[in-house]
Amino acid sequence: MIPANFAYHSPSTVEEAVGLLARLGDEARALAGGHSLIPMMKLRLSAPEALVDLSRIAALKGVREEGSEVVIGAMTTQHQLLQDPILAQTLPLIPETSAVIADPQIRYRGTLGGNVANGDPGNDMPAVMMTLDATYTLAGPNGERAVKAREFYQGAYFTAAEDGEILTAVRIPVPPAGAGFAYEKLKRKVGDYATAAAAVQLTMKAGAVETIAIGLTNVSETPLLAEDAMAILAGARLEPEVVDRAVAAAEAITNPASDGRGPAEYRTAMAGVMLRRALARAAARAQA
Amino acid sequence: MNDMTPTREEREAKLQGMGCKRKRVEDVRFTQGRGQYVDDLKLPGMLFGDFVRSTYAHARIKKIDASAALALPGVKAVLTAADLKPLNLHYMPTLAGDVQAVLADEKVLFQGQEVAFVIAEDRYIAADAIELVEVEYEELAPLVDPFQAMAEDAPLLREDIKDKTEGAHGPRKHHNHIFEWTIGDRTGTDAAFDKADVTIKEMLSYHRTHPSPLETCQCVASMDKIRGELTLWGTFQAPHVIRTVASMLAGIPEHKVHVIAPDIGGGFGNKVGAYPGYICAVVASIVLGVPVKWVEDRMENLSATSFARDYHMTTELAATKDGTITGMRVHVLADHGAFDACADPSKWPAGFMNICTGSYDIPVAHLAVDGVYTNKAPGGVAYRCSFRVTEAVYAIERAIEILAQKLGMDSAELRMKNFIEAEQFPYNSALGWEYDSGDYHTAMRKALDAVGYDALRAEQREKRAAFERGETREIMGIGLSFFTEIVGAGPTRNCDILGIGMFDSAEIRIHPTGGVIARMGTKSQGQGHETTYAQIIATELGIPADDIMIEEGNTDTAPYGLGTYGSRSTPVAGAATAVAARKIKAKAQMIAAHMLEVHHDDVEWDIDGFRVKGLPESRKSMKEIVWAAYNQPPPNMEPGLEAVSYYDPPNMTYPFGAYVCVMDIDVDTGVYKVRRFYALDDCGTRINPMIIEGQVHGGLTEAFAVAMGQEIRYDEQGNVMGASFMDFFLPTAVETPVWETDHTVTPSPHHPIGAKGVGESPHVGGVPCFSNAVNDAFAFLGSTHIQMPHDHWRIWKAARALGA
Repeated sequence: MIPANFAYHSPSTVEEAVGLLARLGDEARALAGGHSLIPMMKLRLSAPEALVDLSRIAALKGVREEGSEVVIGAMTTQHQLLQDPILAQTLPLIPETSAVIADPQIRYRGTLGGNVANGDPGNDMPAVMMTLDATYTLAGPNGERAVKAREFYQGAYFTAAEDGEILTAVRIPVPPAGAGFAYEKLKRKVGDYATAAAAVQLTMKAGAVETIAIGLTNVSETPLLAEDAMAILAGARLEPEVVDRAVAAAEAITNPASDGRGPAEYRTAMAGVMLRRALARAAARAQA
Repeated sequence: MNDMTPTREEREAKLQGMGCKRKRVEDVRFTQGRGQYVDDLKLPGMLFGDFVRSTYAHARIKKIDASAALALPGVKAVLTAADLKPLNLHYMPTLAGDVQAVLADEKVLFQGQEVAFVIAEDRYIAADAIELVEVEYEELAPLVDPFQAMAEDAPLLREDIKDKTEGAHGPRKHHNHIFEWTIGDRTGTDAAFDKADVTIKEMLSYHRTHPSPLETCQCVASMDKIRGELTLWGTFQAPHVIRTVASMLAGIPEHKVHVIAPDIGGGFGNKVGAYPGYICAVVASIVLGVPVKWVEDRMENLSATSFARDYHMTTELAATKDGTITGMRVHVLADHGAFDACADPSKWPAGFMNICTGSYDIPVAHLAVDGVYTNKAPGGVAYRCSFRVTEAVYAIERAIEILAQKLGMDSAELRMKNFIEAEQFPYNSALGWEYDSGDYHTAMRKALDAVGYDALRAEQREKRAAFERGETREIMGIGLSFFTEIVGAGPTRNCDILGIGMFDSAEIRIHPTGGVIARMGTKSQGQGHETTYAQIIATELGIPADDIMIEEGNTDTAPYGLGTYGSRSTPVAGAATAVAARKIKAKAQMIAAHMLEVHHDDVEWDIDGFRVKGLPESRKSMKEIVWAAYNQPPPNMEPGLEAVSYYDPPNMTYPFGAYVCVMDIDVDTGVYKVRRFYALDDCGTRINPMIIEGQVHGGLTEAFAVAMGQEIRYDEQGNVMGASFMDFFLPTAVETPVWETDHTVTPSPHHPIGAKGVGESPHVGGVPCFSNAVNDAFAFLGSTHIQMPHDHWRIWKAARALGA
């Protein structure tokens, strides 16, 4: 439970961090809150030669509104997400998710950027960001570029970020007023990753679903956007038969591992149950 | 008397003696982070040891190459079995009569087994160095399932004893067989089953789990070669036994071995036995001449140092059709892992499993236990229970429920019908115990009344009907358990460890101005001994508990004792404390009589001193008597005031209790909610009600953990799955239910103060209570038994299988 030796760098600007990562090469890793990377290092499943700690870069912190978007700095902590008045008003799905991540101590350290950037399928925010159709800003040696959350995740711990790129911000379109939302997470205990979880963001019109997005956590190698289920539900009334079909469509795209949380069949079924409950709660919250 | 004279009540209260909710004195340092644990110890020149561990469950070691590790700056030595063999230390004796490899000898037998011991300047270098030791393995077929252990073609695990047909407990039937232990009347039991109207039979598996104290096992060994003395600090629940073992193994005279157990962060049975880490640290210190520290990490603790349970109990009851139990038959398949490293009294290879007739007057019974080897970590320790009592109580308390279900009878009623009657005590059980005391009917009735049992059953009937009508997906379970423990091992006539009788001891020394130092042979790991022993002495000797300091754990200063486990501290060392105090009191009485110039028969005890009978104002306080003991003792009496007692208990004590759990289960997810948990404990005389309550809370929390998910799981290759607190279920405050505690008081007739021990009762009674709640919830769907642990997915799977 002791990591291998590594060098530690603590830059104060994004440019400096990008420069360090470029100079140090493949064996360097960016460090955010550390809650995924450091346990892996302690188990010696990961042994980077250098860590570039982003925690002193002031520009990476905070939440602000820019036109029709909310921009969240990558190093904003889960605790700050929970406390933020802009998010409470515009994107309440985010603090609802932060509240079920780990425990208060970890939420003081864990960041949004760390949660979404390293491609751990157990993390909660990636599916939420896909649901909200967020865009990630990546800074690298060749400048900045934008990648959709929905196109970012390629495999377990494998993302669209290139070597040497740092995720600096998350941009999220503000949903229309009266949108409904819910994040339903089943876990064994406080601090655990999801056995299965579902995020729902929707708008209702005249008793029917107008727009909807659904994300699923920890039931595949990557977070999932349940597109078939979304297509079934868009424009439909939430009748039991429709919901059953949507849940079946969502379950069909899962491919969970069997682990201490349960065998694959259980985790797939739980993805369905979580979706069912998230749908009901989001619809109840929506103002049609 | 004037208004300033304290009343009797005030004098009594000032003592903070027995019955007082005295705050724990040790918490002053614990809550301020000022405890002194093994890992706080830093000695000049101290080195640090770490293990290279087996990655395989079963493999032959072809080659160990430590050259790269030895070349790393800061690495001092690497020990392997080849280095220990010439010292005859590559194997060590276990407390169960087996031997255990200290470092793997030619073969590894479980994943995580100790293969080499690297000693380096600090723990960081050691951690790097273990990565550099190259071990070449040849994989062998692993044996993981205990039910396959004695198959004809089962792989041979223990090559070191392959020719031994006789084990420590009789003949071995197979190369993977350890022992068969039987007790009871087989013929009579078979006859009872033949005649029975109703019988039940169920294989009740009690899964492998782990005591998981928050502080892992650790030690510092320091050999002073000039003096020829070894000092060993460690996380020892039984420091004196460790000293005897260390002396025998190292060949150092016992008086030159100093074993010190400082503050300990929980034990729960994990810290009773000796581990390879202790032996390797001692050898390394002898070889290198400097202190060597060994501290295991969480994964090592969960995957290598002693596990608990892994008992597979085929349990049968015979009964008449009106519900009178007429016989019990149990066969246990016991998985001990690669070495039998149970920490039971020597003559009890299956512990006190023969308490499995429980709280019931069962006329005839038979128990057989087969112990087997598998490619899993060694152990089989008593995790927060007296030896195998948790297993025994689980067997009978599940069996009672299954029988009630078959009879169509309420299980509370079935228990009441079969309880041993209060008038039957002392009661001789069919499997050989003499229960000292009990009043089971009173306790059970109090518990049922407290929870409103009939109303709960009525609510359950309604909920079941609503479920069947499709109105809810939630079902309700009512779990009952009634346990009888057997604690306080034990009488030296049948209880020993390595041949040393299981007495315990106390030494009390009163200094001239009334300050007391008392030392016991036990060792607190969080039980609050510094608080409670002082309360016993306070009441016995009329000296305020705050003036009494309790010391344990230093084998140089404390009298020899067998340590703290199996709830034995209060029953045995607590008794020794009372007896030693009474010796002092007898002397104090002589001194008081001399001071008051009367015959000693003419004085009587009065809370905190002696008074002349019939002349209550003519009295001497203990403070005055103590001073006189050093200042002007009676003629022909030695000065001083101290006593020691080695207490050999005449019998065990038998705490009991009645627990009720109300649980709601969501069948769609398997998620449960413990709506209510009521625990009535009878531990005889209550020394400190607040500490008892704390013990009950802790024991119930561990029971909840074990029943609802805490497990050491292996895959088919013998890989340990989830040996971290991510997967190993240690409930946080969020998951832990609210506990309601209650009590009755039935003092032990043979214990000097009537106390029985309580720390483990809630665990023993709690596990079947939770399991019974889950099983009761599903009973109406036709289920007879659902195996533990009852985690979400297993509950869901059970629900699906039952068509819920």
